[in-house]
Amino acid sequence: MTSRRDFLRTGALAAGALAARPVFDSAEALALSLPPSGTVVPVEPLAQAQAKELLLAAIDAAKAGGASFADARINRARNNSVATREQQIVGVGDSDTQGLGVRALVDGTWGFAATRELTRDGVTRAAREAVAIAKANKIPGAPPVVLAPAPAYTDVTWKSAYTTDPFEIPIEQKVDLLLKANAEAMKATGVRFVNSAMFFVKEEKHYANTDGSVISQTLIRSWLPMNITAVSADMSDFQTRGNVIQPAGRGFEYLLLQDPVGNARKWGEEAVEKLKAKPVEVGRYDLVLHPSHLWLTIHESIAHPTELDRAMGYEANYAGTSFVAPPREKLGKLKYGPAMMNVIGDRDQEGGCSTVGYDDDGVKPERFHIIKDGIFVDYQTTREQAPFLDWWYASQNKPVQSHGCSYAQTWQHVQFQRMPNVSLLPGERDIGWDDIIAATDRGIAIIGDGSFSIDQQRYNAQFGGQVFYEIRGGKIVGMLKDVAYQMRTPDFWNSMDMIGGRKSYEPGASFFDGKGQPSQVNAVSHWSVPSRFRNVNVINTGRKS
Amino acid sequence: MSAPRRLFAADGVLTRAEAQSLIERVVKLSQADEIQVNVGGGMQTNVRFADNRMSTAGSVSNFVVTIQSSYGKRSAAVQVNDTSDAALEAAVRQSEALARLAPENPESMPALGAQQYQEVPAYFERTAGVSAADRAAAARVAIDAAKKAGDLQAAGYIQVGAGASALGNKRGLFAYHRSTSANYTLTVRTSDGTGSGWAGADHPDWSQIDPAEVAETAIRKAQLSRNPSAVEPGRYTVILEPQAVGDLVQLMGFAIDARSADEGRSAFSKAGGGNKIGEKIVDERVTIISDPMDPDLLAAPFDGQGLPIGRQVWIENGVLKNLAYSRFWAERKNAQPTGFPSSMKMLGGDASLEQMIASTQRGILVTRLWYLRQVDPRTILYTGLTRDGTFLVENGKISRSIRNLRFNESPLFILNNLEMVGRPQRLAGTEAGGNVVLPALKVRDFNFTSLSDAV
Repeated sequence: MTSRRDFLRTGALAAGALAARPVFDSAEALALSLPPSGTVVPVEPLAQAQAKELLLAAIDAAKAGGASFADARINRARNNSVATREQQIVGVGDSDTQGLGVRALVDGTWGFAATRELTRDGVTRAAREAVAIAKANKIPGAPPVVLAPAPAYTDVTWKSAYTTDPFEIPIEQKVDLLLKANAEAMKATGVRFVNSAMFFVKEEKHYANTDGSVISQTLIRSWLPMNITAVSADMSDFQTRGNVIQPAGRGFEYLLLQDPVGNARKWGEEAVEKLKAKPVEVGRYDLVLHPSHLWLTIHESIAHPTELDRAMGYEANYAGTSFVAPPREKLGKLKYGPAMMNVIGDRDQEGGCSTVGYDDDGVKPERFHIIKDGIFVDYQTTREQAPFLDWWYASQNKPVQSHGCSYAQTWQHVQFQRMPNVSLLPGERDIGWDDIIAATDRGIAIIGDGSFSIDQQRYNAQFGGQVFYEIRGGKIVGMLKDVAYQMRTPDFWNSMDMIGGRKSYEPGASFFDGKGQPSQVNAVSHWSVPSRFRNVNVINTGRKS
Repeated sequence: MSAPRRLFAADGVLTRAEAQSLIERVVKLSQADEIQVNVGGGMQTNVRFADNRMSTAGSVSNFVVTIQSSYGKRSAAVQVNDTSDAALEAAVRQSEALARLAPENPESMPALGAQQYQEVPAYFERTAGVSAADRAAAARVAIDAAKKAGDLQAAGYIQVGAGASALGNKRGLFAYHRSTSANYTLTVRTSDGTGSGWAGADHPDWSQIDPAEVAETAIRKAQLSRNPSAVEPGRYTVILEPQAVGDLVQLMGFAIDARSADEGRSAFSKAGGGNKIGEKIVDERVTIISDPMDPDLLAAPFDGQGLPIGRQVWIENGVLKNLAYSRFWAERKNAQPTGFPSSMKMLGGDASLEQMIASTQRGILVTRLWYLRQVDPRTILYTGLTRDGTFLVENGKISRSIRNLRFNESPLFILNNLEMVGRPQRLAGTEAGGNVVLPALKVRDFNFTSLSDAV
């Protein structure tokens, strides 16, 4: 889920941006609220050797204060956003900040402190503060935090898959591409408004811990959100088409490959067609879900409930707990879906938003099955969490080690368990979208992610979409509107009876997934294949009073 | 355990004089037509706990300077958190270089001159002085109470902050606001996993936070909510506690943009063109305002561009009185710029929760709502679920705990279907956050569409 707390505080532009683009995520509005700006920034990046010296000073100070384990991160976070509407620029936001966060484990209790003062004195003070907080929070008799062992990686580096650094692309080129795409969308008769934007994140991360790891990484993520609004001639109705391009852990080249200019007119025509689409009749339908839609259903109903911290109650006060709990009753026992269903967690698929060389515990992530042949077999874990499942790993002849799911949004945030890429693997038969529609007698095909809501244990969910098509006798016969489906997670996944093959395997992603207190965002990809679900409850959302 | 109070004072809260001097220092470096400098930062400290033990705790200090330079209608800004002379000068030069490259923004507005702002007393020394030991002690109140009960698990979060924000330019504009914040939220679950209760408190003044009261409420709700049974989804009379009202009603704030209404893409668009200002849109008992000076709200008196934010009446006695106008749209439509609200208050009635329950033959009492997402912007229709204490009311009494329900509802619909209005109170845990004060409401025909198994 995503927190709206931050952007409400940012005032004018944020609220305006959201009001104008109701299907955009709130964090986008936050980014848009930054003042207009450019692309090059004056922060002097720390040299790797200089970063290492400060990291070691911080963890040494924590150790001297009594920490049994400590780690420190220096992150330089660069964000760039360009926003347009129709044929004009709305804003260009740019930020470049850096600092250090240090975490100290003292007598089995955590403390964390963060500072922007990147001097030996500054980071030493932060380390002492982290130790003092840990000591203040010690509850006598409370079970201590124990970390799973992990190898040390000394002086290693890693870089994500990008060929063109978006921070090297001049602002004019970005604006030009967006305005051309907007103009194409406006060519569809009935389109009145287009909002489009580009978002880029570049993280330069340095990490060290008292086990001896010293790691430097560079990550880039890119996104081009676009929302097209068609208004009826009498101003009595409006419809939108959005979420047209998925975010990715790639560079500027990725956005060009998506060809926003070449596709915008088609997206505009879809918005116009929605004005005339037939309102859906409520009832039960077979649903054929495209990967551009299904990724979000996977995210909400598989990826979040298999976070071990949620299952153990650590997120009870905010994001919630999980129906996949307690672990002893679910691991190896819960039939999540049919035998054709295989779901993995990984941080190594190229272009994934959660793809990384080393996590924020200093662990090299591994690829692991969450659901194997339909059965739930593992949770997402960090070094702190893997020991909770020692009994399970012993029964499986597996070592007790983290899957590498530790992440912190920035140096200001303490790391905790966040999602790897969680993906539905292709089936054995190499079929695709058209094959599944041809095999469906009465159903609805859904493309693109829309409104989404799910309860705090991830049982009951309601999902909208972007474009809905009625299927009759194996053919698409027309467009529908006001469609949303309601589901109970285990029933829904067990109703899956057809999935696409390797040729139809593609990713969707969230740029701003929220979790934790204080809320932190991360970005994550979910690969999947077109899939069919039987007899799902569909409601009509076009209520008037 | 006595931790030193201000061990880590790298980024204290800027005083007005310090902010002014920093901004003047940056403005003097400007060679562009215009420059606007925003500064903001301070300390934020927190502690989290779950399963009756501490989980994480932290202290963060940061300070960010945003420098926007303009040449005519070309603007660019650079945001940094390095405040050394060299870094600030580099940022100014950089923003100027970029401004020359940026396309013209036809909607850019001229820089504001000096403005009058209200002085909002939102800064409380006792909040700024809260120590790690104080936060730990407040967390222990809930943990110890849950442990004492024997079959309860407490999970909660305490966040305390102190900061200042200021902005200025070449035209005499200078704005300064400092504030503190304290927030305590708590979820208590029964060990058998069948009950869950929530409570929270929020105020700029730490001494207004009562951990014992928060713990007592969450524990009572957890115990009462055990072993819920199902009711059929459908239309029900509901009694929404203030938190539940806030979760839904404040979402209207995202739909009050005048421009979207005038463009025909908002719930406040009028068929045929224009907007609904002047029309009666909800029950006449509804009046919604924002007011930074209200002692329950204490919000920032200016927006990020320095526009003064004063008291605004959005809905008065059920009539839409105003929408939010940016400076650009206000000039276009010959209206007063309002900025966007930094607070929301619905004036109340005087019904108590007990009176609402006693007057209900059959209805549902709702503690709070969760995961609200917009389904249809034409009606501000949202979906979401009840959470952490949902009860059936029969014959004027709470009769039993019921399972959580999904709804599809609009704040506009519920404010039209009002039965009773309670006394407004400050909310602690709304999904959108911010300074929000709303009453409990009794509402008829609330639309529940399905059951959830979630506790």
